[in-house]
Amino acid sequence: MANVMARRADLRDLDGREAVITASHVQKSYRGFTALRDATFAVARGEIFGLLGPNGAGKTTTVECLQGLRRPDGGAIAVLGLDPARHSRELRRRIGCQLQESALPEHIRVWEALELFASLTPGGRDWRDVMAEWGLADKSRAAFHSLSGGQRQRLFVALAVVNGPEVVFLDEMTTGLDPAARRVAWALIREIRERGTTVVLVTHFMEEAERLCDRIAVMDRGKVVALDSPRGLIVSHAAGVRVVFTTDVADLAFLEGVRHVEAVRREGPRVVVEGRGAVLAHVAAALVAQGIAPADLHVETPTLEDVFLSLTGHVMAE
Amino acid sequence: MSGAPPDERAAAVTRPGRWALTFVEVLLRMTWIETKLLIREPVTLVFSFAFPVLVLVLLGGIFGGQHMDGGSYDGLKMMDWYVPSYIGLVVASIGTVSLPVHLSAYREAGVLRRFRASGMSEWALLGSQFLVGVGTCLVGALAISVLGIFVYGVVVPVSIGGVAVAFVVAVFAFSALGVLIASLSPTARAAQGVGLLIWFIMMFISGTSAPLSDLPAWMLALGKALPLYHVVISLVDPWNGFGSSLLQLTIVGGIGVATSLMAAALFQWE
Repeated sequence: MANVMARRADLRDLDGREAVITASHVQKSYRGFTALRDATFAVARGEIFGLLGPNGAGKTTTVECLQGLRRPDGGAIAVLGLDPARHSRELRRRIGCQLQESALPEHIRVWEALELFASLTPGGRDWRDVMAEWGLADKSRAAFHSLSGGQRQRLFVALAVVNGPEVVFLDEMTTGLDPAARRVAWALIREIRERGTTVVLVTHFMEEAERLCDRIAVMDRGKVVALDSPRGLIVSHAAGVRVVFTTDVADLAFLEGVRHVEAVRREGPRVVVEGRGAVLAHVAAALVAQGIAPADLHVETPTLEDVFLSLTGHVMAE
Repeated sequence: MSGAPPDERAAAVTRPGRWALTFVEVLLRMTWIETKLLIREPVTLVFSFAFPVLVLVLLGGIFGGQHMDGGSYDGLKMMDWYVPSYIGLVVASIGTVSLPVHLSAYREAGVLRRFRASGMSEWALLGSQFLVGVGTCLVGALAISVLGIFVYGVVVPVSIGGVAVAFVVAVFAFSALGVLIASLSPTARAAQGVGLLIWFIMMFISGTSAPLSDLPAWMLALGKALPLYHVVISLVDPWNGFGSSLLQLTIVGGIGVATSLMAAALFQWE
């Protein structure tokens, strides 16, 4: 029964593409605290799939269940056709992962770590090739503690793919990185996918999800609340247009009567006009008619931030 | 991207022979890496070797020419007692302090999490800790033996086989205790506190500092409730030609088995 449901979930979402992961109604509680109420989604082979949500939304619990590190209390999971709870050992040889809050021994050298992790998965790739591919060949003899943040990222990615996995899980890979290092990590993530591996990306950065992911499952309070491409999410959940400008003029009540305008909000001198359709043109005309000509009048396109707000009714606090 | 088609690879890793081979390979590789890591971070080595050797030199200075007075070892040269018993002390220090601190630090930093997620088995990880423990203890035991025999004229072990058996059983029991302490300690600091406390108490009441015959009855009773006392007797007896003490070996082995079972049940990767 559960399997039938899992298959239905993938047929609905993937338009016939091959599903490497299906999760239906996965639940998990820890000592009375419900971390996961309902995770239902399917991941297609070759895509970058995002699990997006604030801390505590259940993202990490979800991927830990997918990897067989935790046993769900309910629901059904299939990863590469295997049940992670029952075949975790087999599965770990065909998946790779970069974990939140994980490390290596301080004094282990790059080549030693790669050789060790490769030996955990016989039949994988030659670790020397992986080391060269991820630009670590000249750091081969460097100790883990001497590596820069970016080099550590590359080593973790290399360790995650050293077994030639079909799916790679990346959990909060860019948390704690400065913006430059984050961009480097993004390039690495795209590269993993270009080499043919499916990527499941766990993140609480809207921008990261929007830029990298083919499809995103938005999670909040233990549930998947929406699932679509970044564009699709924005179109269906944050279709409104926002016109923004600044002015000293106090009384802007006339704007409420302008065509297409639905709401006017004021934050000090900054005015946000929300509406649908040709809001910009009508607002501009109304302002000019009143003798107000703000130089910074512009349209803000909705982002995933707005999607999250409209889906959950709250902003995604860090 | 994969080295071989997925089906072939899945078949390769599920074949039983291949499994065992992989386990042994990972165990040995991990043991070799851990050995190198130990040498690169010599603080553990200093604590494990320098301390017992130093104390042995001090004890040698105090009790050098004296003989045991009273008790069942009456008349035995003090250093013939202390040298084999200090091998036990080295084993105890690695088991109760070095090993749990090392494992807890790994867990705290997320190293264990990383290993587990990549499919390293618990037995390969703990097995490598045991093998490194055996190696470290062996080097310590040799250092103490050489010092004792050549500097203090201690008798050459009468039954090397008996000493070797007692040594292996002791390393087994203390390694298991170390994993248990690591399992119960939330942090490396906690492991260090608990480990050092147990080690110090054992050191004072197991015949490795004050002679057993000088201990008040309650201290001796407490000593007998802890593993080091039995390890010391099981090492001293064959060393001095009194034969192997089956009772002590059984007690140490029993502690080892019981502690292993508890440690295996309580071991936490995170």
